[in-house]
Amino acid sequence: MATLNLLQAVNDALRVEMRRDNRVVVLGEDVGKFGGVFRATAGLYEEFGPQRVIDTPLAEGGIIGAAIGMALYGMKPVPEIQFSDFIYPGFDQIVSELSKMRFRSGGQYACPVVVRTPFGGGIKGGHYHSQSPEALFIHQAGLKVVAPSNPYDAKGLLLSALRQPDPIIFFEPKRVYRASKGDVPEGDYEVPLGKAQVLRAGEDVTVITYGAMVHEAIDAIAKAEAQGIDCELIDLRTLWPLDIDCLVESAQKTGRVVVVHEAPRTCGLGGEISALLQERCFTHLEAPILRVTGWDTPFPYTLENEYLPLAPRILQGIEDSAAYIA
Amino acid sequence: MARAAVKAKPSKSAKSKAAAKRTLHAVPRRADPFTLGGQQKVEVYTSMLRIRLLDERMMTLQRQGRIGFYGTCNGQEAATIASAYALRASDWIVPALREAGAMLMRGFPLVPYLAQVFGNSGDITKGRQMPSHPAGRAVNQVSWGSCIGSQLPHAMGAAWAAKLQGHDTVVIGYLGDGATSSNDFHVAMNFAAVFQAPVVFVCQNNHWSISIPTHKQTASESIAIKAKAYGMPGVKVDGNDADAVYAAVAEAVARARSGGGPTLVECETYRMGAHSSSDDPTRYRDQAEVDAWKKRDPIEGYRARLIAEGHWSAKKDEALRAELLEQINAAIKTAEALPPPDHDTLFEDVYFDLPWHLQEQRAQFKAALQRAGGSLAGALPGSAH
Repeated sequence: MATLNLLQAVNDALRVEMRRDNRVVVLGEDVGKFGGVFRATAGLYEEFGPQRVIDTPLAEGGIIGAAIGMALYGMKPVPEIQFSDFIYPGFDQIVSELSKMRFRSGGQYACPVVVRTPFGGGIKGGHYHSQSPEALFIHQAGLKVVAPSNPYDAKGLLLSALRQPDPIIFFEPKRVYRASKGDVPEGDYEVPLGKAQVLRAGEDVTVITYGAMVHEAIDAIAKAEAQGIDCELIDLRTLWPLDIDCLVESAQKTGRVVVVHEAPRTCGLGGEISALLQERCFTHLEAPILRVTGWDTPFPYTLENEYLPLAPRILQGIEDSAAYIA
Repeated sequence: MARAAVKAKPSKSAKSKAAAKRTLHAVPRRADPFTLGGQQKVEVYTSMLRIRLLDERMMTLQRQGRIGFYGTCNGQEAATIASAYALRASDWIVPALREAGAMLMRGFPLVPYLAQVFGNSGDITKGRQMPSHPAGRAVNQVSWGSCIGSQLPHAMGAAWAAKLQGHDTVVIGYLGDGATSSNDFHVAMNFAAVFQAPVVFVCQNNHWSISIPTHKQTASESIAIKAKAYGMPGVKVDGNDADAVYAAVAEAVARARSGGGPTLVECETYRMGAHSSSDDPTRYRDQAEVDAWKKRDPIEGYRARLIAEGHWSAKKDEALRAELLEQINAAIKTAEALPPPDHDTLFEDVYFDLPWHLQEQRAQFKAALQRAGGSLAGALPGSAH
């Protein structure tokens, strides 16, 4: 057991899997000698060489498109998109090709590509280094979407993802790449996809979130506790297909739900969770399901703390939910 | 076709390696690897004629309302068949719209091929794509979407993977002249050259992208010349001359296989028919141009050459036509009679497994079907089955 930050955990997972399976290759911009702009692939080039840790030309459509071809041929490519804000030149390849290959070929061809990409704000990156586009990918039939919040899950979920037969978009919360530290087992272990984690059990209000906002929610929930509001905190971990049973069980218990995400509100994952829960828990609900999210604006540079759903707004959401009387 | 067979991954077993080495062709190649022998020419001609006859039948079926859509290879048979003929069975084809017929030459059976056009249960892709979009893993022909150019990075990536794994597989990625304007053409050409991937891009310059002529698609003096800026050889050939197409592509394939990297081959040809069954080219194209190209018909020309070279005769040709038509008509009869895909296939293959939300939606679908008395046909024109 070692204490690693989230970035080191990602790096460790890649190393473990590349040692285990020589079909795994990492490709992307600056991932080779430089080890990635965040250093997620540091040391891999030295250990595995330029045939498996590949610096590509600067074209996300080429990175994803070539990875699709590699996967068709039986390899296990792990493209890195330097920031999820830059993923759009590869968006057509992801939504029209990667996610549809199994279906449109009648199951003859699969594309088990794991696209790693940092997402989220709070790093003074402005609109083009801060967005959370996960809902766009959840909306595409054929993709799985994962977003860890801590080092243990990051390594375990990435190892699981790398062994899945389906394409996966693996969103890494760059705000806590270094800030989130924890015990991480050495060697091999998996955290199963599709399973959320109840980080704190509570009776009054369910808070559902993922990625960096888990850490803000922990802070808000501690302050709510001081007011006598007992929150249950769920870290989704896998955004799609999400752990519906876990969410339903909690919502039926508390009857009050707050969903938190950095991404803009409209058509965000919070809206989908709200719909799923009202379909299943209508008679259990004691308050409207609230969404505490980024605003429906472009991501701002200077006012990012005003944009993000940080602890004060999460606390307000918890308070409003707890106080609601039908 | 057995599911296990089409799902098989490239195997490293000695047996399959030996199988992979075998060529598609019944006749051993001559000493000059880029020149076809007489029997090989007859094989090429046979495959070209098969597609021509098949396409004619399919267009008739489309006009009769028996199939929904069709895109023919009409006029481009030499560019399609002679290029694909330069490959081994173990090599890959990443096609665009008009190369489906190469699958037949590479041994894909006619009935499931036609079942794809009908979109029924005999289609190994389960009726999920429009006609003219088949895929056959058994003959290493990858699935095409419909987004122009997007297949080219796949061709590059598959070739790159083969190289990284030490295989001697070569991949042909097909495109039309319109696709050379796409961003994916650029990234595929660039990546292929940077990584020296064993891929051959075969551009069927048929002069028209639906209604847009090539000179409005690019200001380059040719398509082949674009290769130069990417750092790879570019070759322009008469795409209606099967021997010329074969020579150019076979040379490019040999170079790719021996580690010499990618090539762009421009086959100058002509789309004799409409873009598809949904198109009417008389609205934008001069008939005199079509008539001029008719004189350069790849099949007519090749037949005359084969007869002149003593490899073929009018009598043999008549017999071949009759035989091919009989095969095609018999296969149409068999394929058309097959039932539509099972309802469950709607939810299969989205993922490897059926996740909870698709299980739920499948149950909802079945309940809706039952509640509606067995038909979910709608009110709009074309909404009934």
